[in-house]
Amino acid sequence: MAFAAFGSAPAGTSGVEQAPRRRSRVALILLAPGLAYLALFFLTPLVSLVLTSFQAPVEFGDVGQYQPAFKIENYAVVVEAYWPHFLRAFGYALAATFFALIISYPLAYFIGVKARRWPLLQALMLTLVIAPFFISFLLRTLAWKSLMSDDTPLVIALKALSILPPDGHLTGTAFSVIFGLTYNFIPFMTLPIYTTLERLDTRYLEAGSDLYAGPATTFWRVTLPLSLPGIVSGTLLTFIPAAGDYINASASFLGSAQTSMVGNAIEANFLGLLNYPAASALSVILMGLILIIVGVYVKRSGTEDLL
Amino acid sequence: MRTFSFGKLSLGTALLPIYSALALVFLLVPIVYTFVFSFNDSVKSNIVWVGFTLDNWTNVCNAQGVCGAFFTSMLVGVVATVIATVLGTLMAIALARYRFRARSAISLLLFLPMATPEVVLGAGLAAQFLSAGVPKGLLTIIIAHALFCLSFVVVTVKARVASLDPALEEAGRDLYGSPLQVFWKITFPLLLPGITAAALLSFALSFDDFIITRFNNGGVETFPIFVYTAAARGVPAEANVIASAVFILALVIVVVSQLTSAARRKRLAKQA
Repeated sequence: MAFAAFGSAPAGTSGVEQAPRRRSRVALILLAPGLAYLALFFLTPLVSLVLTSFQAPVEFGDVGQYQPAFKIENYAVVVEAYWPHFLRAFGYALAATFFALIISYPLAYFIGVKARRWPLLQALMLTLVIAPFFISFLLRTLAWKSLMSDDTPLVIALKALSILPPDGHLTGTAFSVIFGLTYNFIPFMTLPIYTTLERLDTRYLEAGSDLYAGPATTFWRVTLPLSLPGIVSGTLLTFIPAAGDYINASASFLGSAQTSMVGNAIEANFLGLLNYPAASALSVILMGLILIIVGVYVKRSGTEDLL
Repeated sequence: MRTFSFGKLSLGTALLPIYSALALVFLLVPIVYTFVFSFNDSVKSNIVWVGFTLDNWTNVCNAQGVCGAFFTSMLVGVVATVIATVLGTLMAIALARYRFRARSAISLLLFLPMATPEVVLGAGLAAQFLSAGVPKGLLTIIIAHALFCLSFVVVTVKARVASLDPALEEAGRDLYGSPLQVFWKITFPLLLPGITAAALLSFALSFDDFIITRFNNGGVETFPIFVYTAAARGVPAEANVIASAVFILALVIVVVSQLTSAARRKRLAKQA
């Protein structure tokens, strides 16, 4: 199943241990092409990103001409210019991750635990969860833009209810960007949580009620901790791409100049202004921050798991 | 927490299905919108409903460039999927079957591309192609797509290898099968469902990728690039037609594969 890709890795693999030395040569042959590919097109690009981030413009050169240098100021310059973009990227991503979790957990619980008795319903619901993957990400986002643009029934209703001021807009705001991010990453949140809940042994829940725990206590003390691996991979699969996304926040989709995220800044610098060093420095910072956040998060949730 | 009464519980049991149904409806809204607007009798920008027509479906290629972009995406998807599936399957077998020292380092190396934001992957590849003097185009798109699909293929196939009974291969060896015979006659057929799932996933990822492609396309238009470029002036309804057709096809594939695997499970249960 494709869902396996979203779940946590299976624990413990049964392998036949045989003459280790000869077998590890076979393993090396199997791994070599893939490793070469990763070295050439993943590791080397990361290195060239770091190198590019230190480059300086060629003197009297054209726009987009840079030479190797060690211009560490590039980093200070982009942080100075783009720190609000970083704040927005991580703020929006955090909010979207939170809302996606709120929407996905009950859904995943229903599909994985309550719908077990009806396999057909379960299969149907799962298919509907992954259905958005089959239709263009950009068109889905544009659909929300059309539904939220001025003069649509939704906006008129919100204005009539005075939720939105008469001259207010839905699109181009932090709300619409977070809304779009939340929407786009719900399947990434739902699937891993579903895979852990689907394996949940319901006898544990019965044991909880046998021990006079109310449903809320059973949920809090049994179900939630057991589904933690799914929550961790779901939140990561949502947070990381959301923090780097620039479609939802771009002005031709759900955002505006005021909602620009780091991704938008990287895109504008790399493809528009041809300022490769600035774009690379922003990418290096983004990657570094995400690795730190992911590392701390995985470690913390790991220790909480043991408690 | 303990004060939760049974009254609230029954309310909760009714709430959960309603909540889940609403969440699914929410997920489906833009899909339905895209499908409905594929029938819109619009001239240029497809935002306001004008009237029902089948013209967009019967003359899909009328919109400038939409079919070319679609075929480019198909080509990129197929080639990138073949590269990623072959390399990824070999790696998955090695990682699931063999114990060696660098194993955890390699697993980390495979996890990293999935933990890297697409914009960083895209910019990194573009920076490398720039410094190496490689002109951006079809080739660079394919290289980039195969890269981000690779990790997903490894994870998917690895799960399948891990669930495989090693005794079956051992039996093959006991019957004097050569390593290659054992692989092609036993291991490969057993892995095939996992490999197929990985290939489908990888094709889907490639077909819908925009961010990495945008950094490495050099003027070549894939379907998502077409939609993005058109978004500023209004996406033609023909793009909705292509997206809807792909959606229906993918849905059919999923349903058929679920039905056949359910039938296989039933058959195996009967034999046991």
